[in-house]
Amino acid sequence: MRTRLRIKPQHLSLFATAAVFLLLYGVATLRYPGFASWFQTTALIADNAPLGLAAIGMTFVILSGGIDLSVGAIIALSSILLAKCLVVWNLPVPLAIPTVLVGGILFGTASGVMIRWFRLPPFLVTLAAMFLARGIALVLTEEKRLSIAGHATFDPLVDFLLFDFNLPALIFVVGIVLAIGVARYTRFGRNVYAIGGSEQSALLMGLPVGRTTVMIYALSGLCAAGGGILYAIGSQSGDASVAQLLELDAIAAVVIGGTLLSGGVGSMGGTLLGVLILGVITVVPVYEGDLNSWWTKIAIGGLLLVFIVLQRLLQRQRNS
Amino acid sequence: MPESLRKLCWPLAALAVLLLFNALLNPEFFSLHFAEGRLTGSLVDVLDRATPVLLLSLGMTLVIATAGVDLSVGAVMAMAGSISAVLLTDFGMPVLPTLLITLLASLAAGAWNGLLVSMLGIQPIVATLILMVAGRGIAQLLTDGQIIPIEGHPGFAYLGGGTLFFLPVTITIALAAALFTAIAVRYTALGLFIESAGENPTASRYAGLNVRAVRLLVYTLSGLFAGVAGLIYASDITAADANNAGLYLELDAILAVVIGGTALSGGRFFLAGSIIGALIIQTLGTTILMTQIGGQSIPAEWNLIVKAIVVLVVCLLQSAALRQILTGKGVRG
Repeated sequence: MRTRLRIKPQHLSLFATAAVFLLLYGVATLRYPGFASWFQTTALIADNAPLGLAAIGMTFVILSGGIDLSVGAIIALSSILLAKCLVVWNLPVPLAIPTVLVGGILFGTASGVMIRWFRLPPFLVTLAAMFLARGIALVLTEEKRLSIAGHATFDPLVDFLLFDFNLPALIFVVGIVLAIGVARYTRFGRNVYAIGGSEQSALLMGLPVGRTTVMIYALSGLCAAGGGILYAIGSQSGDASVAQLLELDAIAAVVIGGTLLSGGVGSMGGTLLGVLILGVITVVPVYEGDLNSWWTKIAIGGLLLVFIVLQRLLQRQRNS
Repeated sequence: MPESLRKLCWPLAALAVLLLFNALLNPEFFSLHFAEGRLTGSLVDVLDRATPVLLLSLGMTLVIATAGVDLSVGAVMAMAGSISAVLLTDFGMPVLPTLLITLLASLAAGAWNGLLVSMLGIQPIVATLILMVAGRGIAQLLTDGQIIPIEGHPGFAYLGGGTLFFLPVTITIALAAALFTAIAVRYTALGLFIESAGENPTASRYAGLNVRAVRLLVYTLSGLFAGVAGLIYASDITAADANNAGLYLELDAILAVVIGGTALSGGRFFLAGSIIGALIIQTLGTTILMTQIGGQSIPAEWNLIVKAIVVLVVCLLQSAALRQILTGKGVRG
């Protein structure tokens, strides 16, 4: 009897993502000396931590068949709210950070409630949430940008290092491990997949569709608020105009990671790979020097195209 | 009352409330002057500035009616501006061929979206997301990331700043585009095809309708209108600004369509509603700029917050679930 290495069709897309990541990373390592060094690797993770956290929340949302356009604006709002709490209102860090996180949860919960109770399209509700969050962020401070540098209780967070991992990198790593666990092994995670597969069936099976939907958007709001805090730690400031269109990058990372936008199919591990692929693509122009940043956008668009067409072909194969 | 008229009531009422608000607080909103051969005033200004979103919302209405969405229109606007700037300045091409080539390129961009949606069956949000991300990159690539001034081309400047019939020429362009679309969808079977394809694609296909061709057509039209909007924007600022042209305008266009009563789930569409929706969005912006409370003007940042509230209120008004809850018949789940 021969054992053959067989890849399940639903994993093929994940393997394609992994192959693209290894290819990009390999080429970058060969081309740019020091790219694969420990220092650069931790920097890559740290730089993409806010996007990564937002993408974790976005994965749950997309797995359930929804979409969340508000994450970029919530990141900006959270960073400026944190700065305001610390610098203007003189709140201590242990009080300021929960305040910001609760704010994110409230924003997400409100979106979830609107979507679930009033049956409004997620696209429109989270679009309104995006306008609202960005508007509040802009109204909150006149100078649009608040520095938190030199804050006595905040500085330890900025300076924190564990094996060269700073706090944002560490939180992203812990977050993705937790998210993989939640998606795969908890009742909530299975409910998310079930709702994305077919909301009707999930309802008929007696799953708590309403509660889970609201929780999904609340979780996405929490992740985005966390992303805002990580941004504030990384840049030592709050900025009302940061993370413009970051929701698109988060969606792109999720899609490149093999999650179908129709819901029900995908994995958190794929999202991690998607975030890292975007991260590598974004730093390549920095190494190349003469390569301009707009190539990043074109490359991301091209990758999106390849993956979406690939998924489409796989789907057709499975259906026939 | 026919459905199309009943559906127009809410957006018209919203516009009336906005105008009434202005009548009470900003009487100068309605003042019109005649200067340098054209009418000026806030009302003319609203119509003039609403043109890009209005053009986008025309194409977007048809796309949304087929149960799709076109996220790429803002990026196509940026591309159109960059292409025309490069042709005019780098290649020294005359204005007319430049306009023609730019519009053809926009048409091609729309057709690309249409092909992805209709032939490959990719979800519209994802399919148009590709061009939304890559299109702005291409626009920046063409202009090298710089703002390219377009000067010394009176024919090009006329598009966004010229005067026709004593009004900005943009108003005539918008009117012509709206008429063209209205005639195409209401005096031919096209409108019926679009609504049928959006309401139930499978049944439409069995009824002999070429759903793919309909989808391809609406995305192509959306690309074309985005191209016109991009040309007007570039002409208005006499420059190609790949970073900011059309930024977030896809969201405004979708908003205009939804305010106008067309559901994102496809089917029945209301062109007149979308036009009123575009006017509401622009009136709102101008109103916020003009309104003074206690002698102080409202900061422009409030625009976003007010817009968010308007989106939510309009959505809730159209929500069947809310009506059910209010009338005591709760929804399951």
